[in-house]
Amino acid sequence: MKYKKIKKTKGDVISGDKYKEKSWVYSETVKDHFFHPRNVLLDDTHYEADGIGVTGSPACGDMMIVWIKVDKKSQKIKECKWRTFGCASAIASTSIMSVMVTENGGMDIKKAMNLKPQQILERLGGLPDRKFHCSVLGDAALREAIDDYVRKK
Amino acid sequence: MKTIYLDYAATTYIDAGIFKKIAPYLKKNFGNPSSLYLIGRQAKVAVESARASVAKILGVNSREIIFTGSGAESDNLAIFGVAGTYSNKGKHIIVSKIEHKAVLESAKKLEKEGFKITYLGVDSKGLVNLAELKKSLRPDTILVSIMYANNEIGTIQPITKISEIISNFKKTKSYKLKAKSLTAALPLFHTDACQAAGALTLSVKKLGVDLLTINGSKIYGPKGVGCLYKSEDIKLEPLIVGGGQENNLRAGTENVALIVGFGEALKLAEKLKNKENKRLMNLRDYLIKNILKLIPHSRLNGHMTKRLPNNINISFDGIEGESLVLMLDKQGVSASTGSACTSSDLTPSHVLLATGLAPELAHGSLRLTLGRKTTKRDLDYVLKILPEIVHKLRKISSTTLR
Repeated sequence: MKYKKIKKTKGDVISGDKYKEKSWVYSETVKDHFFHPRNVLLDDTHYEADGIGVTGSPACGDMMIVWIKVDKKSQKIKECKWRTFGCASAIASTSIMSVMVTENGGMDIKKAMNLKPQQILERLGGLPDRKFHCSVLGDAALREAIDDYVRKK
Repeated sequence: MKTIYLDYAATTYIDAGIFKKIAPYLKKNFGNPSSLYLIGRQAKVAVESARASVAKILGVNSREIIFTGSGAESDNLAIFGVAGTYSNKGKHIIVSKIEHKAVLESAKKLEKEGFKITYLGVDSKGLVNLAELKKSLRPDTILVSIMYANNEIGTIQPITKISEIISNFKKTKSYKLKAKSLTAALPLFHTDACQAAGALTLSVKKLGVDLLTINGSKIYGPKGVGCLYKSEDIKLEPLIVGGGQENNLRAGTENVALIVGFGEALKLAEKLKNKENKRLMNLRDYLIKNILKLIPHSRLNGHMTKRLPNNINISFDGIEGESLVLMLDKQGVSASTGSACTSSDLTPSHVLLATGLAPELAHGSLRLTLGRKTTKRDLDYVLKILPEIVHKLRKISSTTLR
C-alpha cells in the first residue's frame, strides 16, 4: 500500500510514512530539544536579566518565563534563558526559540519582536496540529521580555 | 531495553491460552452461526457456549447476554436503547460526572434531543454523592447510569447501595403513581463494569442492576468485543438493525472468534480473581507508599481503600503529565496521564476535575495500572527512575519559581 507524502510544515506527523516506521508523534528536533533543552535557567536567584516575560498559566497546562540580556550597542539579544511548565512541545518550542534568537551573534530586538509562531514551528520540523498553540506561547513571552527591556531602558 | 507496561487499564495483552482458542475460528471454523450446515452449527455452538459462560459468571440467563463490538457500544446500547424504548414514560436520565465518555457523550447527545440529564457530583475521592442521587430521582426518571469502578482513579462505587436507593424510590413511586401510565419498573439501573471485570464481583443479583457493560480488551481477551447484560424484564431499542442476531438487539454476523475469546477471557479472569487481587493490592500499596514518600509535593488521586487493586493515580506539583509520560517512555515505562495534552480537546481529565482537583494538578497526573505480568522488580525500576524524572521536569518548570 502506498502512503501519501506529507508536507513537513503541515505538522501532522502522525499520518503518512512516519506512522509506518512506528515513529513518535514528534519530530526528531522536538524530541532532541525536549530531552536536551537548551538555555534553561535552572537558578534565577543571581541572574540579572535586562527583560523578563511571562505567558500562559498552569491551569491551562502551559506557562513560560523568558529572561533576556540585550547588547546595548547593537540592540541584539545576547542571552535568552527560560523555564517552562508544559507538555513536550511547549518545552521544545521554548528551547528552540531561545536558540533562534541567540544564534549567529543574536537577533535584533526589532526582528525578535516580529518572531512568528510559524517560524518556530518550521524550525521544529512541524508539530501535531492540535499542539500548535503551545509554540505560540514562547514568542509571546519573548515579546513581553523585550517590552520589559524597552520600558526599563 | 525491556518495556515495562503499566497501562493495563487502557488495554491488556491477549492471554496466550486464549489466543490459541481464538485462532481456529479465524481459519478453519469460519462458519456463520446462522447457517444450517455443520460448520455453521459449530459456530453457533461456540457462540452459545461463550454466552453461557458469561451468563454463569453474572448469574443470569443466557438470553440476557447481548454480545457487542466494544464496551463503548454496550454503553451506547444501554443508554440509547432505554431512551428509545421508554421516552414515552419519561425523559429524565441520571449519570455521574465521572462516567466514561461512552456514557457521558451518549447522555449529552440525548440532552440535545430534549432529554433532561442530571450529572451527579462526586466527592474528593471520586465517590458518587448518594444524597444527591436520592434528591435527583423523579417520577419521569427512566435510567440511572453509574460506573462500577472508574478507569482513571480506580474509585469503586457502592453499586448495591445505589440499586437499593433506586428500588426504594420505585416502591414509593409505584404507590403514588398507581393510576398513571408510568411503569413501576423505571428507572432502570445501568453500570459500566469494564474496569471492574476480573477484580470485583459481577453477580447481577448482588449488584441489583438491570443493565451491565463489560468488554474483552481489559480482561486479557481480544479487543473489539464486549457484552451488555440486559434483564429479561425490560425492552431495548437496537442500535444496529438488519438481522435477527443477538435476540434482535444487535444485527450483524456474530464475530465468533472474538466472542469465543471474550467468553474464555472472562472465565479465566474470574478464576484468577482472588489470587490476583491480593497480589496486585500488595504491589499497588507498595508503589503508592513509596512514590509519596520519595517524591515531595505528590498526592494520591482517588480513594485509599475503595480502589481497584491495580490502580495508581498520583499528581505532582509543577510538572505536566505528557512530558512525564514521554520521559518514562524513553526509559521503557508505558504509563498514562489525565493531562490535557493527551486528549483531543485539550482540557484535562473530567474525572480529576470532578473530584475538585485544581486544573494544574490534573495536568500533572500520572496513572499507572498494574496487571498479570507486573512484578515488584518492575515497580522498583519505576521507583528508581520516577523521582529523577519529576526532579528534572520541575527544574525546568516555570511554576517552581513561585
